[in-house]
Amino acid sequence: MSLIYLIPLLPFIGFFVNGLSFPNISKQVAAIIGTIPPLVAFILSVQLFVNYDGTTQILHLADWIKLGDLQIPFDLQIDALSIMMLLVITGVGTLIHIYSIGYMSHDQGFGKFFAFLNLFIFFMLILVLGANFTVLFIGWEGVGLCSYLLIGFWNQKNSYGNAARKAFIMNRIGDLGFLVGIFLLIQNFGSTDYTTIFSSIQQGDVPDNLGLIAFCLFVGAMGKSAQIPLFTWLPDAMAGPTPVSALIHAATMVTAGIYMVIRANVIFELSPDVLQFVGWIGLSTALLGAIIGLFQNDIKKVLAYSTVSQLGYMFMGLGASAYSASFFHVMTHAFFKALLFLGAGSVIHAMSDEQDIRKMGGLKSKMPITYLTFLLGTLAISGIPPFSGFFSKDEILAHLYHHDLLMWSLAIIGSACTSFYMFRVFILTFWGEFRGTEKQASHLHESPWSMTVPLIVLAIFSVAGGLINLPHFAGGNEFLAHWLAPLLPSTEPLGEVSFLSLEMGAPLVAAFVPPMLAIIIFSSKKLIPSEDGQIHGIQKVIYQKFYIDELYDLIIVKPVNFLSVFFGQVIDFLVIDLFVEGIGKIVQYASTEFRRIQTGNVGYYVFMMVISIAIILFMGLKSWIL
Amino acid sequence: MNLLFILFFPLLIGAYLLIAKPKHAFIISLSATILEAIATGFLLYKINETMLPITFIQDWIPEVGIQFSLKADGISGILIGLCALLLPFIVGSTSNTEKANHAQYQGLMLMMQSAMMGAFLAKDAFLFYFFFEASLLPIYFLASKFGGENKSAITFKFLIYTIFGSLFLFIGLIFVYLRTPGTTHSADIETLYLTARNLSAESQGYLFMAFFVAFAIKMPIFPFHTWQPDTYTTSPSQGTMLLSGIMLKMGTYGVIRLIIPMFPLGIGIWGNTAMVLSIIGVIYGSIIAIQQKDAKRLLAYSSFAHVGLISAGMLTQSFDGIQGALYQMLSHGINVIGLFFVIEIIERRTKSRELAQLGGITQSSYALTVCFIILSLGSVALPLTNGFIGEFILLKSIFDYSLILGVVAGITIILGAVYTLRLIQKTMFGNVSRITTEFSTLTLEEKMVLIPLSIFVLLGGIFPNAILHFSEESVMQITQLLK
Repeated sequence: MSLIYLIPLLPFIGFFVNGLSFPNISKQVAAIIGTIPPLVAFILSVQLFVNYDGTTQILHLADWIKLGDLQIPFDLQIDALSIMMLLVITGVGTLIHIYSIGYMSHDQGFGKFFAFLNLFIFFMLILVLGANFTVLFIGWEGVGLCSYLLIGFWNQKNSYGNAARKAFIMNRIGDLGFLVGIFLLIQNFGSTDYTTIFSSIQQGDVPDNLGLIAFCLFVGAMGKSAQIPLFTWLPDAMAGPTPVSALIHAATMVTAGIYMVIRANVIFELSPDVLQFVGWIGLSTALLGAIIGLFQNDIKKVLAYSTVSQLGYMFMGLGASAYSASFFHVMTHAFFKALLFLGAGSVIHAMSDEQDIRKMGGLKSKMPITYLTFLLGTLAISGIPPFSGFFSKDEILAHLYHHDLLMWSLAIIGSACTSFYMFRVFILTFWGEFRGTEKQASHLHESPWSMTVPLIVLAIFSVAGGLINLPHFAGGNEFLAHWLAPLLPSTEPLGEVSFLSLEMGAPLVAAFVPPMLAIIIFSSKKLIPSEDGQIHGIQKVIYQKFYIDELYDLIIVKPVNFLSVFFGQVIDFLVIDLFVEGIGKIVQYASTEFRRIQTGNVGYYVFMMVISIAIILFMGLKSWIL
Repeated sequence: MNLLFILFFPLLIGAYLLIAKPKHAFIISLSATILEAIATGFLLYKINETMLPITFIQDWIPEVGIQFSLKADGISGILIGLCALLLPFIVGSTSNTEKANHAQYQGLMLMMQSAMMGAFLAKDAFLFYFFFEASLLPIYFLASKFGGENKSAITFKFLIYTIFGSLFLFIGLIFVYLRTPGTTHSADIETLYLTARNLSAESQGYLFMAFFVAFAIKMPIFPFHTWQPDTYTTSPSQGTMLLSGIMLKMGTYGVIRLIIPMFPLGIGIWGNTAMVLSIIGVIYGSIIAIQQKDAKRLLAYSSFAHVGLISAGMLTQSFDGIQGALYQMLSHGINVIGLFFVIEIIERRTKSRELAQLGGITQSSYALTVCFIILSLGSVALPLTNGFIGEFILLKSIFDYSLILGVVAGITIILGAVYTLRLIQKTMFGNVSRITTEFSTLTLEEKMVLIPLSIFVLLGGIFPNAILHFSEESVMQITQLLK
């Protein structure tokens, strides 16, 4: 039993030791201190998974906040959902720690980096293990803090610092919604415990404002999982070291919003309007991300927009009440997107920090392992069977098909964009001629084993990850859906789909045709995206991300900055203070007559005043007054 | 007797320092504050054990029913605890400066402590008023003698403004006092409760305004705040710490101790307005803080915003609101003196507080950055920091009172992050500037102040129950009066 506590505790110890001893211990020791905790936590999680008996266990760690009748304890909840998340976080987390040993080996802040990564794992585990919304919120804001620290890891650069702040602040906007949701839950249920809330809803105690609660919680998810309108922080977050992008901004933290909606599915199921909203937000984000991704030339930016887009798919699934399908996609996405980011990191590492795909090309022969694993990741995300992404995305699409045909068709378009931009990146990076500098060419090399081993492991999962929830038509038994079933509303079985139907055929077309187009354009015709200055028209608008950052700057940042100056310099000084001083002036004028008895020494005034009060008290106040 | 010791001991040592001007003022002052903290800790421990208040009552002017009476219960306990806890750190923050062995400086700080302890302990309303005013004296001299630019004009304004506000309080107190039963009347706060509550709604409304103006200026609450940024900025750091860390809590304490139990009908009329003003202050102060160029001034506006939230929470008159306010007073005190000290440390080394001139400090002082970030996280109310517990409870109480006000007040968690992260980035991160290139690491004495404060931030966030439990009983008594 007590071993469960070790799962979050170990990363915390890793953080503490590495954080305190930085920079006084060697990189080797720091690497060991940093990597062992998630590894052991992973082993413990696997053990938990294997021995899990299907019941929900609540572990009472300690009391936290006690406020009259309201009790908010530090409780951990072990159930099917949290165990799956544990596996993903500690599993992918461990691989990324190992990868970082190689990737960060030249960095001065090595120990600090591992300390932050461990802290992140700790908070992420708290997020998924918490047995109430408030403990979830600890993890929720805690991972936000780690994200802030890691995006701004190379803090000398001001633009990185700005990206870090932007991430934190946009998340905070969502967090306000989440917090309001928590307050509403407390008002209605007098508790934030999952079991209390969900069981009273299931027993028919449905408050009128349940939809509002669901909406507020979803606002939180929009911030954390980078959905419209709170998505612009995620592409900027790529300022962080690449392992951070892989772990935090692709595989784990950004899926916290999906985790939360699945966790609270009892609330969302009874709020169909909100679910509809979730679905459409997801769809819009998926399309927007995919379209912007089409024209980006920074390898990490493409992957970032792809993440935004894939998260949109997951929310679309949630909108169609396809909880287990969305979670399936959370898992496969964690594998292939972590793989793609780490692959990109390997490329960037070899290219001496070059991230522009226009200056790459032909890396295939120089970096065979990176090449091959990146290819597998690309196949997986494009939804090409039998790779993992095919099964998970297809399951979401199949649910959408029965839920809303318009949504489904738009999702197919997004899907087509996905496979196009992924192959575009892949071809421009690995095929063709090398387009970088001489110096870069001489330096090209395959990454060390600590980086390639995680790539290989993740590639295996990206290929075979579909097995977790293999549908019946492919000979599987939908393990994940059955595993999660006790926590989810009972959904109707989708029925058998045949490969020749529209339902099955369209996604396949969307998966296969765009890559061929990409091959024709970027490989056969050898077209290279034009220089920044030569982009025009709609392409430029897309390349500039629809000017959404500029729009936010214009309608929010600038007005607030203006107000700040206006309040501080005009209202404070010229209105309020002038009034205050005016009263002073009037009093001063009226008191000219009394001036003679005053010495003008302020200390003397105060002293006299205090003495007078004391005298008044002593002399008997009443008689003096009356 | 312990109460008397706590009240007068700092005064005696302070007077000794002022008169005798001994050489080793720092060590005397530091020892005195530590001893005071231990004595207070002992007292609080006793209160916590028995859950009963400790009182000291001595007739003072029996003909008019004025007593020299002190009472430490769960509410005043939090405040004297804060005052006793912070002083060693405030005194400690002078180490290795010319102020350390400046007997007058140290003496004034100790006298200030006595006065504030008195205000928090007073059981008699006139005694409260006496200490409320008396505390102005030492802080006035601290600020006007040792302050920075334009100190005389600014501190003079501060003084006049606060005295002006207190006059209303004084008149209001006399008004209620004269209506207490018996020929000699009584100024005992609990007697005043009963008398005031029986007054007409109209009188209570006027009385509420009279009392609230005094406390609103002290805290300060929008729009009574214009003395505050200047005073905080120009005061010497320890003066600013005393003002923001403890002294402003005399205002918030006054609302809990006097206004809420005395004028329920008055709050019924004006409470909403006062709450809206408090919340305007939260947003207004936060927005102004965003573009400040001077780090100290930025923190001054931040403090103004934070105290607005405390005030709004209390004014809900709910158990949660008052508990949250008490908790946040403690948290805010710890965080704000830590933050002001960080700015002082930067100013000592670079002679500047201009954000545009700073940057890159983390490259030379890792420990300072870590402490600064922890204290800042407390200030932006990240979970597992003390600030989260306070703001969570306060926002919850405001939210329960009114959904709209709660959401508007909640914007503070966004704006707070905006100005705080900007402050961190402009000082700690980025490239080193001309004046931060030779930034020296923290001295042992500086660490002795900053590290414990940072630890308090985390302890307060992880184990809030000890303190929430401590004040629970007394807060319950007040809210029961309201039923």
